[in-house]
Amino acid sequence: MDLLRFITAGSVDDGKSTLIGRLLYDSKSILADQLEAIERATKGRDDGTVDLALLTDGLRSEREQGITIDVAYRYFQTTARKFIIVDAPGHIQYTRNLESGASNCQLAVVLVDARHGVVEQTRRHSLIASMLGIPHLVVAVNKMDLVGYSQDVFSDICIQYAELAKKLNAKDITFIPMSALNGDNVVDKSANMPWYDGPALLAHLETVELSNDINLTLGRFPQGRLPVQYVIRPQTTELHDYRGYAGKVNSGTFRVGDAITVLPSGQTSTISRIEANEQDINEAIASQSVILHLADDIDISRGDLIVSADHQPTVSQNVEGMLCWMDAKELKVGSKYVLQVGTSRTRCSVRAIPYQLNIETYEHIEDVESLGLNALAKVILRTAQPIAFDPYVQNRFNGGAILIDETSNVTVGAVMLEGEAE
Amino acid sequence: MDYLDQLESEAIHIMREVAGQFERPALLFSGGKDSITLVHLARKAFRPGKFPFPLVHIDTGHNFQEALDFRDWLANSLGERLIVRYVEDTIREKKLKEPTGRNATRNGLQTFTLLDAIEEFEFDCCIGGARRDEEKARAKERVFSVRDEFGSWDPKRQRPELWNLYNGRIHKGENVRVFPISNWTELDVWNYIRRENIALPSLYFAHDRELILRDGKLMATAGGVIQADTDDQIVTRRVRFRTVGDISCTAASESEAETLDTVIDEIQATRISERGETRMDDQLSEAAMEDRKKGGYF
Repeated sequence: MDLLRFITAGSVDDGKSTLIGRLLYDSKSILADQLEAIERATKGRDDGTVDLALLTDGLRSEREQGITIDVAYRYFQTTARKFIIVDAPGHIQYTRNLESGASNCQLAVVLVDARHGVVEQTRRHSLIASMLGIPHLVVAVNKMDLVGYSQDVFSDICIQYAELAKKLNAKDITFIPMSALNGDNVVDKSANMPWYDGPALLAHLETVELSNDINLTLGRFPQGRLPVQYVIRPQTTELHDYRGYAGKVNSGTFRVGDAITVLPSGQTSTISRIEANEQDINEAIASQSVILHLADDIDISRGDLIVSADHQPTVSQNVEGMLCWMDAKELKVGSKYVLQVGTSRTRCSVRAIPYQLNIETYEHIEDVESLGLNALAKVILRTAQPIAFDPYVQNRFNGGAILIDETSNVTVGAVMLEGEAE
Repeated sequence: MDYLDQLESEAIHIMREVAGQFERPALLFSGGKDSITLVHLARKAFRPGKFPFPLVHIDTGHNFQEALDFRDWLANSLGERLIVRYVEDTIREKKLKEPTGRNATRNGLQTFTLLDAIEEFEFDCCIGGARRDEEKARAKERVFSVRDEFGSWDPKRQRPELWNLYNGRIHKGENVRVFPISNWTELDVWNYIRRENIALPSLYFAHDRELILRDGKLMATAGGVIQADTDDQIVTRRVRFRTVGDISCTAASESEAETLDTVIDEIQATRISERGETRMDDQLSEAAMEDRKKGGYF
């Protein structure tokens, strides 16, 4: 059975938490005692309905304010698939939490309130989903019950969104009209919108084709990449010469006998042995955690990247990429941070900000010297040590990087690396 | 790779990040199925090497003998270091007041012993077996969860956590709680235990036991931890434990399931959540877990 990780995004009050509650409730994934608990909590509401949003708003301050602050993860499965739902906050001030949750997703459900159409958060979240390379997008036009289940309203929003999507890197977009509150087109097809002939949301989630997605298939990015996490050296008498390089294969395949290169040093060797699950294997595939052994005794430690010798990534100290800035303290040209790619960390400084993206129009704002919280921008970084990476659009796990503040130690930015800067 | 392979590889990756990023990590071991699963994953992550961390058990003094025996057997057969610290000692040394009353439990006091152990051994990272599907405050916690010097979790100031990049950089005195099986569900753990043929304490399978029937829950009489009131009824039933924790707050489930297959069938069919069925401590208030985590709990 395969696994789909998807995120729900959209503006505050678009009904994200209600949608998830509805998905879980109608697919019978809520257990009796959990339902009782939210029934107790909503007792006293005038309309007698149960607030499904309470299933995911797990923090006291979230329940007090009726908003989602941080990402909540929910798990359910049907006969077709297993799902991890990432319930993201809609408030702009919590965008970094949305970005955290979105980074591992293959699909994003962007909710749009049928009464309001495309708004700023729709544009922001669609742009973030596109920058993070989420391959599948569902535009859920919610609260159709409040616009009389009107086909015209739905069509107008589709046209409005399609216009915006032209400027995005989104390939697969599906539009679904729904009412999460009443359950129209969430799990069950709605009788209220006979004019809609597409699937309900759950049916779409169960059938969307995942096999061509980044890092999921061997064919998509066949070049072997393994960041060394830890060197296993038992140093016992019987295993005196044992040296194993432990890590998770980011992409591609490694086979016993393959020629490899270690980056950034450039040393070469061949794979003499591969272990996984305390057994020897002949081949390590993408997303497997393994131990590699090399034929030659060379200097390798955490932070090094082992790659197939015939397909090498970019190795450079001058790199450019798209940045999501996540800290209240501004990023300025000249500021220094720690850059982490895979398991390697090196200091870096911001050489330039060629442009910032206008969230409303997606236009470039040039001549920028600093970036505030939630800014999205192209940046050029100079690193202290060379880094080895692939373009993010080709290899999510070898092109995604984070910036860490050297004094607070907090993760302050996410960078989707594009290539070497001039 | 099927989903159990994906979850396993993700967990091994997280454990190796701990080994690579921290000076003095520890694995918090309770003797329950989730921490037993962690130990199994640690073998896959580090063998033929030794674990780069000791197993640490915070013993409330109210644990099932079967779980303690299993703990000692497991640590011994693996040849790994086991550190046990006792809540009893903390109560005595710090003159803590033990909760009293009908449903009193030492579960909350574990936090004090844990924080003392962190200080004593200067642990900068503690690996735990918490899962996000267990409880809704846990559903919000990062895989690398940074705690201040008081062990407090600040849910409003969690670090961004993207892709498989974990940031374990901290200041001296802070520590990080790491949850490698965050994304596993209860059923995933059971299916994995079956697939990998992982040994569990006998408590997890149906056996006859003397119990106190209290407020509809079956509580063990073992060790005399729970004293029966006049309202309580002492019964003998065939039961298994769906979770194994402190005797004072872990209820048994009536069951005939003697094998992993039948246990999994029962869990698949149930309409009650794991903590709802077995844990007394979460039912105190809507935010019980969040509050304990802010106080430094696992």
